[in-house]
Amino acid sequence: MWDYSEKVKEHFYDPKNAGAVEGANGVGDVGSISCGDALRLTLKVDPETEVILDAGFQTFGCGSAIASSSALTEMIKGMTLDDALKISNQDIADYLDGLPPEKMHCSVMGREALQAAVANYRGEVWEDDHEEGALVCKCFAIDEVMIEDTIRANNLSTVEEVTNYTKAGGGCSSCHEGIENILTRVMAERGETFSAGGAVPAPAPAAAAAKPGKMTTLQRIRKIEQILESIRPALQADNGDVELVDVDGNTIYVNLTGACTGCQMAAMTMGGIQQRLIEDLGEFVKVVPAPKESLVSMGA
Amino acid sequence: MSDIYLDNNATTMVDPAVFDEMKPYFCEQFGNPSSLHNFGNKVGFALKKARKQVQDLIGAEHDSEIIFTSCGTESDSTAILSALKAQPERKEIITTVVEHPAVLTLCEYLETEGYTVHKLEVDSKGRLDLDKYKSLLSDNVAVVSVMWANNESGTLFPVEEMAQMAAQAGVMFHTDAVQAVGKLPINLKESAISMLSLSGHKLHAPKGIGVLYLRRGVRYRPLLRGGHQERGRRAGTENAAAIVGLGKACEMAAEHMAFENTQVKAMRDRLEEGLLAAIPNCFVTGDPDNRLPNTASIAFEYIEGEAILLLLNKVGIAASSGSACTSGSLEPSHVMRAMGIPYTAAHGTVRFSFSRYNTMEEVERVIKEVPPIVAKLRKLSPYWGENGPVENPGEAFAPVYA
Repeated sequence: MWDYSEKVKEHFYDPKNAGAVEGANGVGDVGSISCGDALRLTLKVDPETEVILDAGFQTFGCGSAIASSSALTEMIKGMTLDDALKISNQDIADYLDGLPPEKMHCSVMGREALQAAVANYRGEVWEDDHEEGALVCKCFAIDEVMIEDTIRANNLSTVEEVTNYTKAGGGCSSCHEGIENILTRVMAERGETFSAGGAVPAPAPAAAAAKPGKMTTLQRIRKIEQILESIRPALQADNGDVELVDVDGNTIYVNLTGACTGCQMAAMTMGGIQQRLIEDLGEFVKVVPAPKESLVSMGA
Repeated sequence: MSDIYLDNNATTMVDPAVFDEMKPYFCEQFGNPSSLHNFGNKVGFALKKARKQVQDLIGAEHDSEIIFTSCGTESDSTAILSALKAQPERKEIITTVVEHPAVLTLCEYLETEGYTVHKLEVDSKGRLDLDKYKSLLSDNVAVVSVMWANNESGTLFPVEEMAQMAAQAGVMFHTDAVQAVGKLPINLKESAISMLSLSGHKLHAPKGIGVLYLRRGVRYRPLLRGGHQERGRRAGTENAAAIVGLGKACEMAAEHMAFENTQVKAMRDRLEEGLLAAIPNCFVTGDPDNRLPNTASIAFEYIEGEAILLLLNKVGIAASSGSACTSGSLEPSHVMRAMGIPYTAAHGTVRFSFSRYNTMEEVERVIKEVPPIVAKLRKLSPYWGENGPVENPGEAFAPVYA
């Protein structure tokens, strides 16, 4: 069964703004009945100020589709159209305290319905630029179409490249067979044959290979901070962050913050950070989450 | 009020009597049945008894035709891969479009390995075209694999007749009978079925135990090689406690066979009658005249299955759905699509599957709880108007990016 947040359940069991708005002057119909998701968003917009006075939804879909629709209408009421259009699907998911990766497309549908309804209000034709395929990488919610397009656009030929470009396959790696099948198919289109490299992952570069070089404690901590700084943008792209708490010999204590908190990928992220630190410091270190007590003592 | 479990095609409760039989085989009778000493020997005798109990339920001629495996899926894979290995010159497989993924996904994989897979289609009631089937049987076919009863709709396939036809053409016949065993009387010695898969947890035995029935004389190649267990046909130390449990469960299934086909069936029929009378725009899927006694598959039009299940769960009713969203895939149930059920109904199909532990009181409660849930979701649906579906639902609501 899905691991839905309390917020999702709340909006599903008791949806807000269900039904069509009376006197609506903007309507957006999006979705795909074959995928079991379809949403009609109706807006009542003040023509003077372009403020959304009222919003209503009608949804054919699962629990998270209904919850996403309900959340969207709550979020946009009282906003100007321009402000409302800035809402991303991630914002909708965040409003609901997160959605399972398989269900992120429900929030995408919400954002698209909004775009369609605004276009309808403004007398424009909205065209969908987004096609959705079967979910391949469940760790990072990457679908087949996205992987195919990325392989074509960048002439990719290995699973590792696909991971670098899309993140797909960068987590638990159980979708690598699926990615290899997509590579085989897309590479055949351009007349190439997919060939898998090694059957086991390449060993991590030996820590000793990098130059250890003597550093003072201060230099070492600065270096660690520099390395974390360089990792930070990647984490922030996912609305997360990392902070250095303490260094004790070979053990580096950090805190994952923001969206990283409680994320099921946190352990994987820790592993990735450790790998980078080992490579760049040239020594073996262990990266572990800072214990709660040290937070308290830091605060004191 | 206690919760109502109507998802017995997914899995069943281990019968307390089954659990009692199993208990000594963890901390007391823990020996390896292959061992000579007393610890092992007693377990060996227990397995022998269990094998006989399974043999009796499915009417196998010899107890050596029973091979214990880890699950239904392992039995299916073993059967199909064995047929291919044992007859390397035969490169075709016949199956159906509505098989369980345990067979279908394997067959699709085998297609990429160069095998030709013929998937028989079904009509709107989920029935096969036997003339078409006959025309496909040839010396190129290594195995036919056709389920006895469909897990979603409960529809039965005429596997005994199909096995006869295969035998006449000299083709091996395998049936995935995990939904049928324990619910229908089966007498394999009178049939031409070469191989049959069953799964313990569908008939009140624990999870993690399955059986492959292998007719004496059918050519066979093991999936797991190693020790001499199961006469060298399935290596690996026996899951003794689960095997003992399965034996007891088979004995109890035989005792309850009449109950299943009268009382359990009556509960299923009452549920369908009650729901269909109370709810507009819903219908039974599959072949009502020829199906499992315990399964009701009802399509509620214009709403989505996962949403129904979540609301049912909230009032303590456990059922199941073939909707895309419950599985994480984008397409709705392949079984519903194969029967040509439109998307607006296929997504809203709910399966209620009974066991001998359900009661008529529970059925009446479900009949009371479901209609308001359906009404609530239809109120949210863009396909539904004030009192019924909007006119021309397909035109009135035609979203972009379909």
